[in-house]
Amino acid sequence: MSYLSIQDLSVRLRNGLPLLRKVSLDVKAGEVRALVGESGAGKSMIGKAVLGILPRAVRLTGGKILLDGEDLLALPPKTRRQRIGAKAALIPQDPLTALNPSRRIGPQITDRLVDILGWKRPEAEARALELLEEVHIQSPGRVMKSYPHELSGGMRQRILIASAFAAEPKLIIADEPTTALDVTVQKQILKLIREMQERHQTALLFVTHDLGVVSKISQSLSVLYAGKVIEDTDVRAFFDAPRHAYSKALLAATPKYTDPDGSLMPVPDNIIAAVEREVAAFDAQMNE
Amino acid sequence: MSDLIYQLKDLKVSFPDLSQKPLLGAAPRTQVLKGLTFDVAKGDVLGIVGGSGSGKSTLGRTMIRLLEPDSGSVLFEGSEIAHMNEDDLRPLRKKFQMIFQDPMSSLNPRRQVGGIIAGPMRLQGFDNLSARVNEALEMVGLPKTFTNRYPHELSGGQRQRVGIARAIALRPDFILADEIVSGLDVSSQAQVLNLLEQLVRDLGLTLAFVSHDLSVIRRLCSRILVLHQGEIVENALTANLFSNPQADYTRTLLDAIPLPDPNQVWE
Amino acid sequence: MRDARGDIRQLPGLRLWLSGGWLLLLVLAAIFAPMLSPHDPLEQDLFAARLPPFWEQGADPAYLLGTDSLGRDLLSRMLYGARLALTVALVAGTLTCLVGATLGLIAGYYRGWADLVISRLVDIWMAFPPVLFAILLIAVLGTGLTSIIIAIVVIDWTRFSRVVRAEAMSQGAMDYVASAQVAGRSRLGIALAEILPNVLPTIVALLTLEMGIAVIVEAILSFVNLSISTDEPTWGGMIAEGRTSIYQAWWVLVFPLFALFLTVLSFSQLGEGLKEYFDPVLR
Repeated sequence: MSYLSIQDLSVRLRNGLPLLRKVSLDVKAGEVRALVGESGAGKSMIGKAVLGILPRAVRLTGGKILLDGEDLLALPPKTRRQRIGAKAALIPQDPLTALNPSRRIGPQITDRLVDILGWKRPEAEARALELLEEVHIQSPGRVMKSYPHELSGGMRQRILIASAFAAEPKLIIADEPTTALDVTVQKQILKLIREMQERHQTALLFVTHDLGVVSKISQSLSVLYAGKVIEDTDVRAFFDAPRHAYSKALLAATPKYTDPDGSLMPVPDNIIAAVEREVAAFDAQMNE
Repeated sequence: MSDLIYQLKDLKVSFPDLSQKPLLGAAPRTQVLKGLTFDVAKGDVLGIVGGSGSGKSTLGRTMIRLLEPDSGSVLFEGSEIAHMNEDDLRPLRKKFQMIFQDPMSSLNPRRQVGGIIAGPMRLQGFDNLSARVNEALEMVGLPKTFTNRYPHELSGGQRQRVGIARAIALRPDFILADEIVSGLDVSSQAQVLNLLEQLVRDLGLTLAFVSHDLSVIRRLCSRILVLHQGEIVENALTANLFSNPQADYTRTLLDAIPLPDPNQVWE
Repeated sequence: MRDARGDIRQLPGLRLWLSGGWLLLLVLAAIFAPMLSPHDPLEQDLFAARLPPFWEQGADPAYLLGTDSLGRDLLSRMLYGARLALTVALVAGTLTCLVGATLGLIAGYYRGWADLVISRLVDIWMAFPPVLFAILLIAVLGTGLTSIIIAIVVIDWTRFSRVVRAEAMSQGAMDYVASAQVAGRSRLGIALAEILPNVLPTIVALLTLEMGIAVIVEAILSFVNLSISTDEPTWGGMIAEGRTSIYQAWWVLVFPLFALFLTVLSFSQLGEGLKEYFDPVLR
């Protein structure tokens, strides 16, 4: 049984330009699904649609988002926000801008618990301390009283992870959470996310452009091109032999330092042309 | 020693730490580069690798004198440029050029591509500008019609090509490329790296390639300098560095890279 | 499919046309005031005092917008008033802009001691209450058009230098500035050829805003009788006079006030419109 099930989700710019083309995907409880694609492929847009934080310039034009079996889009806005707030959370991309620079860390973790979920403040604080310990932060008491600028990028990302897991959500959407970090820190953070996800049996939708990261964190993946899912498969099958020609080309373009000649193949023009044709044919079929 | 293009000796650079500035008086200075010594041979492609705060970008910018070092010596083709003033540097500037990380911010948004590429050549007194602009565009694989486009009308990969065209149009001896593929998709990244490799070969350039990513460096560089907290922890030929890394930090860096392979042991 | 955003995008154009249209009308009125005015703006006719505008009972069609308490023709006075208002706006606005923007550019791009001196000066300058400062200046310089212009420049240059400094600083940190330096461009060359064009939209917006402010300052000074001779037709002077007879003759106050309001609004809207128009990224 899938915890998150997206069915035929379509999102367009207000001028009609399609950004997501009938996207369908499932994430089971305890499963990590990666969303892969080049910039502009719409991978972040899916997460935003699920969390109900689409930018003003775009709108949802069709499809269903089933969270825990309930169609979010059929709910009145207020109920929808409550459901999302209680069951889902986000690990954002940039740990620098995701924390309010003028407030201490503690309240930034507990606010959500107190204001949205109605916890008592002491309970929320106890929970926050416990979470900070869980993400391996030394002296969590001191960190709770710190301001974001006093902490390193890796520390801030740990705090955001703790904060995402605070309300025991069953779905977490991670939007390129390690792109702003050094590789050494990235490794620690990826392992931490994986550890937390396994312990809490969370469904995790992991948005990334890095196939290396995909192979480390996820069990399944959806490859996107121009807002269309062109391949939906499990990780081992994908890295053994990608089915779609574009996926294959994307994998070939990814640098591998273990290749002695380290040759890099850009995605060939004829493959781009072919996948563009595929998308155009899909659009034509939709418009009939 | 005519085969060395750069000789750096005990190079030290510091920045004022404004967060520690007292109410009165100067801010204390943070050492960013703590006495670096190395040479660059003509025709080398030198990779400069390190994490954030390692000083790799500072090193690059000091080599082409966008920054002035506190002390130490920077010999470029035999002449000392460490403390040379801007007027004396100007004639040298056409010999060392730079390609920037963020092509959006390094291209003046109010200029068209043609003007952006021609600008430095005009300053350095080149003639036949439009022919040279077209030639530079051709070398980076962009059509001539791009001369009257604005930067915001181009894709990330195309912008980076314009940045490269601007640098090579001057026919420099040395180019500094500062994280130039980190903002690009893998496919454009591969294209830009291939292009750069070809240009190095065709034009006989010496290149310093600053990056945080060892996997893109292997492709391009003949020699690699690993920086950690303002110090050189390893300076080795590329093949040796990958097959037999000497410094602990290099090993940590290599181990942390996630390969696109679910069988990689990653502990 | 209709795109709602397309309609919003039309607005800057409309804004530009409306504000530009009113200002153009005003410029024409000011230039051709001698030809357009039905009466001599200074001519008094106590028998025709406080005549209402043409649509009211008891109006005289020879005085379209009525007359003031001394029987002077309101329309003629407003046309001549526009001359003064626009002269002050253009000359004072431009001079303020030149002084302020130059200092701001120097402070923001060259930084160092130049920045230190200019920024401190701005801080000190801004500690003076502007209207009192203006009145003081006029008291020292004596009344007259030149004094008003000098007063406005002296008071308001800080507005430009602060904003331009901040903008030049953020542009100066961009890599295209570093790349111009790599190319061997001189400091002055970078300031003029790289930074200035990118700061220009802001300067233009500020300039038109400043012109509006200049109109207001002139009106304030006329209002407190510190502008030019009291007979001279100025909008501020007319407003001051209209205020005393608001219950007997509202039009003496309302027409110049309305002209002043429209003009200041048009200047600020023109600035915003031009800023968007000049920006290749927004366009």
